[in-house]
Amino acid sequence: MKNEGEGSERPDNTAFTQQRLPAWQPILSAGIVIPGFLIIGLAFIGIGIGLFLTSQTIQVWEMDYTGVEKDSPCVRCTIQSSQNCTCDVTFSLSELFTGPVFFYYGLSNYYQNFRKYGVSKDYYQLTGDTQYFKSPQDVCSPYKYDSQNNPIVPCGAIANSMFNDTFELYQIINGTTKKQVPLDGKGISWWTDYNIKYRNPSSVNGSFANAFEGTVKPINWPKAVYELDPVDQNNNGFLNQDFLVWMRRSALPQFRKLYRRITEGDYAAGLPAGNYSLTVHYNYPVLSFDGRKKVVFSNVSWMGGKNDFLGIAYLVVGSLCVVMSVVMLIVYAKFKFSDDDDA
Amino acid sequence: MLRRRLNRLCGGDEKRVDSRTIYVGHRPCPDTEAFIPSKFCDNRIVSSKYTVWNFLPKNLFEQFRRIANFYFLIIFLVQVIVDTPTSPVTSGLPLFFVITVTAIKQGYEDWLRHKADNEVNKYPVTVLEDGRSVKKESEKIKVGDVVEVVEDETFPCDLILLQSSREDGTCFVTTASLDGESNHKTHYTVPDTEKDLQALTAAIECEQPQPDLYKFVGRMHIYKPEQEPAVRSLGPENLLLKGATLKNTKKIYGVAVYSGMETKMALNYQGKSQKRSAVEKSINGFLLVYLCILISKAIVCTTLKYVWQSKEGQDEPWYNQKTQKEKDTNMYLKMFTDFLSFMVLFNFIIPVSMYVTVEMQKFLGSFFITWDKDFFDPEIQEGALVNTSDLNEELGQVEYVFTDKTGTLTQNNMEFIECCIDGFQYKHRDTRSELDGFTVTDGPVNKLQQKAGREKEELFLRALCLCHTVQVKEAGSEVLTDQVDGIDGMIHQPEEERGFIASSPDEIALVKGAMRYGFTYLGLESKSMKIRNRQNDIEEYKLLHVLNFDPVRRRMSVIVQTSLGETLLFCKGADSSIFPRVRPEEVDRIRMHVERNATEGYRTLCVAYKQLSAEEYAVADTGLREARLALQDREEKLMAMYNQVETGMSLIGATAVEDRLQEEAAETMEALQGAGMKVWVLTGDKMETAKSTCYACRLFQRGTELLELTVRTLEDGSSKREEKLLELLGDYHKKAVQDAPPVKAGVTRSWSTANQDYGFIIDGATLTLVMNPPRDADASLYRSLFLQICQNCTAVLCCRMAPLQKAQIVKMVKNSKGSPITLSIGDGANDVSMILEAHVGIGIKGKEGRQAVRNSDYAIPKLKHLKKLLLAHGHLYYVRIAHLVQYFFYKNLCFILPQFLYQFFCGYSQQPLYDAAYLTMYNICFTSMPILAYSLLEQHISIEILLDNAALYREIANNATLRWRPFLYWTVLGIFQGLLFFFGVRCLFSNPALQDNGQVFGNWSYGTIVFTVLVFTVTLKLALDTRHWTWINHFVIWGSLAFYVFFSFFWGGIIWPFLKQQRLYFVFANMLSSVSAWLVIIILILLSLLPEILLVVLRKPRGLHSRQKKPGQSNVGDNQSSQSSARPLLMRTFSDESNSVI
Repeated sequence: MKNEGEGSERPDNTAFTQQRLPAWQPILSAGIVIPGFLIIGLAFIGIGIGLFLTSQTIQVWEMDYTGVEKDSPCVRCTIQSSQNCTCDVTFSLSELFTGPVFFYYGLSNYYQNFRKYGVSKDYYQLTGDTQYFKSPQDVCSPYKYDSQNNPIVPCGAIANSMFNDTFELYQIINGTTKKQVPLDGKGISWWTDYNIKYRNPSSVNGSFANAFEGTVKPINWPKAVYELDPVDQNNNGFLNQDFLVWMRRSALPQFRKLYRRITEGDYAAGLPAGNYSLTVHYNYPVLSFDGRKKVVFSNVSWMGGKNDFLGIAYLVVGSLCVVMSVVMLIVYAKFKFSDDDDA
Repeated sequence: MLRRRLNRLCGGDEKRVDSRTIYVGHRPCPDTEAFIPSKFCDNRIVSSKYTVWNFLPKNLFEQFRRIANFYFLIIFLVQVIVDTPTSPVTSGLPLFFVITVTAIKQGYEDWLRHKADNEVNKYPVTVLEDGRSVKKESEKIKVGDVVEVVEDETFPCDLILLQSSREDGTCFVTTASLDGESNHKTHYTVPDTEKDLQALTAAIECEQPQPDLYKFVGRMHIYKPEQEPAVRSLGPENLLLKGATLKNTKKIYGVAVYSGMETKMALNYQGKSQKRSAVEKSINGFLLVYLCILISKAIVCTTLKYVWQSKEGQDEPWYNQKTQKEKDTNMYLKMFTDFLSFMVLFNFIIPVSMYVTVEMQKFLGSFFITWDKDFFDPEIQEGALVNTSDLNEELGQVEYVFTDKTGTLTQNNMEFIECCIDGFQYKHRDTRSELDGFTVTDGPVNKLQQKAGREKEELFLRALCLCHTVQVKEAGSEVLTDQVDGIDGMIHQPEEERGFIASSPDEIALVKGAMRYGFTYLGLESKSMKIRNRQNDIEEYKLLHVLNFDPVRRRMSVIVQTSLGETLLFCKGADSSIFPRVRPEEVDRIRMHVERNATEGYRTLCVAYKQLSAEEYAVADTGLREARLALQDREEKLMAMYNQVETGMSLIGATAVEDRLQEEAAETMEALQGAGMKVWVLTGDKMETAKSTCYACRLFQRGTELLELTVRTLEDGSSKREEKLLELLGDYHKKAVQDAPPVKAGVTRSWSTANQDYGFIIDGATLTLVMNPPRDADASLYRSLFLQICQNCTAVLCCRMAPLQKAQIVKMVKNSKGSPITLSIGDGANDVSMILEAHVGIGIKGKEGRQAVRNSDYAIPKLKHLKKLLLAHGHLYYVRIAHLVQYFFYKNLCFILPQFLYQFFCGYSQQPLYDAAYLTMYNICFTSMPILAYSLLEQHISIEILLDNAALYREIANNATLRWRPFLYWTVLGIFQGLLFFFGVRCLFSNPALQDNGQVFGNWSYGTIVFTVLVFTVTLKLALDTRHWTWINHFVIWGSLAFYVFFSFFWGGIIWPFLKQQRLYFVFANMLSSVSAWLVIIILILLSLLPEILLVVLRKPRGLHSRQKKPGQSNVGDNQSSQSSARPLLMRTFSDESNSVI
């Protein structure tokens, strides 16, 4: 590195070269910081209180239905190896569960964030590129071909392990009559996932199923991807909302995913107090890896689901700031002014 | 390196011979049986490193020799080969970026070198071939060619001067581009060469190329028909060096003897010394720590992974089965690849871009030194020069300053003050008012009122007029001023119509002194010197021999013949070298004057003469001629001859020349001492002169107790030298070291507050004794005693030093305990060795040529500039780079820590927390610019205050902000923030339904929230540390944050066709649509910065205090120490890490 001399030339006399650029030299003096802390602290306490109260108003009802405990209604589904096991979970609400009610299923000790699991999907298949139906990408292994060497669509571990318990919710009226609560399966996945990121292949000869010719369904699935919702074509194939929700991997091994919303009919305003029965079609095995399944009913606020952490954090930090400002005030009163006398 | 290339270029066989034979004009000579044209290399200069073809491989090879680059290459290869969590792009791209930037820089530099080479190599020259002039490109010149050079052209290769257009067979040359000396030097043709070059048949025998510019030995055999071949000696005065420029001479012819890479200029071309700064050592230390952290993280994760997998159902749950290949893989191999994968995942903790940022910071930062107009000296029209930018921060770490005296502390601008003739003092009072210029002044000598005899006076003045190598500037040349290395010397004085040119300013001062007393030197014409005496008569002397000055003999002589046929030898030199060679009774009369003058700080020279009888002269003449012709050991033979001739002289007088102190020398020295630096003066001058200079510079003060260890003190008393030495060393050690109050741990550098100041004086002879005592066993004892004494003295003066001894001292201090940072400053060739030896070498663009400047790391025009260079530039550079380094490690630690923590939540599966784009861009784009701007522009204390308060320099002494404690602080901060980022978001994600429509966030949202907090926190942390906000800082800091937001939108807003997975599609936008995400980002940023803000505020009172300190009541250490103890306990927390606020 050599800066060959400026020679006989006089150096430029600009503010930049002389390191004399006009500069703002902020001094975080006590006069700014103490009131600043106080204001921030108070603001945070305000936000914290707001958050905390909001979080308290959110109603949550959750229930583990894995069937580990002996008295659990679903315990027989865990013993029984038979398919199509159903079990009923009954519960009662003492007050109105304000709507719209969100219906989540939750899994724990389930690692959707495994690295190999996470990459095990073929994005091109999922955008409807039929070229990749014949030869899925290698990352899908070992869920790429079935034992007869037929390509799997959608390939990969994520799709293969799609959550397939289904639920029906009934309100028990007068102790006996079961009135089904309509569950809304729309709008549970990200708008962009449904509308842009995932695409179905276009139908061949007017049949959607023909587009998938020559492929097989994922090993664990009871039916092919084009049969996910035979009723509503907009919810079928890769655009099936349950599928989309599942494909968005969870961040932590204990997670919940949105299953349905209760927005319609008599229940648009919420679930009225009373007894309910939840029928679970128990298909999804979790006990082999010591996992748990649960259902959660919750309503949401502007901050999302119930989460006390934020409110408490704001309260703590806010009070910390206030305390700090007081401490600083004392420190300054004691030392700074005496320091000034020295000078 | 250069040698190797040389060997390749020129073929090895030639090397075996000691000398080479060149046939002038390629004409065979009679007595050589067979004319074998020997092969010499061509005249091409190659200073470039690369060619178009080998640039890529060679440059890549050199870059990957750097350990950091190699490490990243390995990581990259691991990513390519092994199935790893992140794509090779994530580490490949930054590496590519770093390599490309460096390659571009080096390529550009090499292109400049190519351009320069071509300019030289393609330059048209005229070569005489068979009597015709042929135009050729310079690179085509072969050894033996006769080359024509016209005025103001540079010589295309090293030539032996054969013919000059000037009558007297001389030519003038400036070697400005070689050694920076712009004075005209005279070179001589080989005597007795034919006027007709075509008829000249001659062979030149000369030594093989060697780099010393001032040495050349050769012999020329001239063959004439019908005659015995004549032999002429060739010396440096016959050799015209490539790169020098012909002046004042219309045209010359010369024969090429060395060409291309064998020219002395090419041999002197060498890469700058590889000095490494202490900061770099710190970086390497930190790097090692982080490497350990990295490896232990990888080991922990690998171990935990296998522990975790051993649990039933964890290893291979049904939803995530392994492929057959994975099942078949050997368990240990799997462990190993897992380990590698973790390494790759966490490798971002080693900041790849730090090296390139540090390099850029140094390179760009050094421009501020060259740009500084305070360093601009109107007299020489030059500013500071930066030869290496690797050492900028070292300027802020200097503990020992070794300074030369002449030309550095003093101006080297000589003025004749007085002389003493035969024991009578003559003081020059005011030339203009006195008619004959002679005045007698008061002095300690009682015979003062009388003048010495007229004869003695005139002899003395003639001696001054004759004994020198001064040239008179050509009449008719435009400027009639003194020229010493191109600098206008003294003030014009009306009666001084002549300009003189000399290699040493002393000589001009003496010739001018003589002129004032009526004897004017008129010049040298065809070997006879003309002087005009007081009676305005012209006297002529035939110049027979010049016995050149050299620093070992410390004297020079001339032998002249008067018009009456008398042969006289005049000799002038240092007292110590003259006194033993004259009659002792004469010495006493003059010694007193010499010593008195020396104590007043004047440079003294003694003048002696002797008359040579014809026989004596004949012996001397043959001896000198023989010695000059010798091919081997010419130097030694000449030296012996000189010593033989210069004996038995009689002393006629002494001169005193004043060398004025440099501007602000005292203030500068005071500032340096106030900044806690120990100043050592190393000079070749005599003790008295040097001591007085030290007093004048306030290095020694009235209260300073001087500890003297010189030949004089050693010879006091009866005991033997060695015993006395030990005794004195013991004494002084007791005084300065043992009795001194014990140094307190906290205030190590406030030694100047000790009650008693000590100054230490040692001379060259004694130093030799200390360094190489008669018994080897004592060596270490002597040294350690000596060193300890010196370290406890405020100032040390080493006089009568040979250049090598100066380097020895620097080396000794450099290698002493604690390896302090040393700085050498000097202006002359004799300072080069110490400039090269010290950590930082500073050259002064003085009057003794450019050698010091060429070998220095930084060059400044004046001593006074040293203050700003160290106190302001050095301080700022150090703080900047230290902060840069610490910040880089910190920001990568809190970058990667969440990723590490995430492994505990994803089954140790090496799942990256952040998207690949973020991993790649974090160091390159999002966080690199603010710190670069900071590290170029930050002025935590303004330059004025730094200059006024020298004591501030001590706050960064001993690598203060790059030691382990501040490093630990930054590391802890990084860990704290990393933990906060991860677990803060972790708590939020205990319920991932964060949107008001009940939808849930996935893992990439998690990573993006953490990353957003991270980018904002580290940038705002830097903002918090920035004390000096220029518009650039604003632009870069806010710009970086805006860029991050913009990039995230952009990256997530488009389906990128080249990506296999659209992982981040709309993640960022969705995140921003969630109020909870906003709230958690805000609180985490605030919480991470909270401790930092608290520290800033609690440290504030002290900062205010030092800011309020009035300029002027500066530097002294006592208020500093009292202040530090008076600070309240609370505010002292982390004060040692103070890097952001003072």
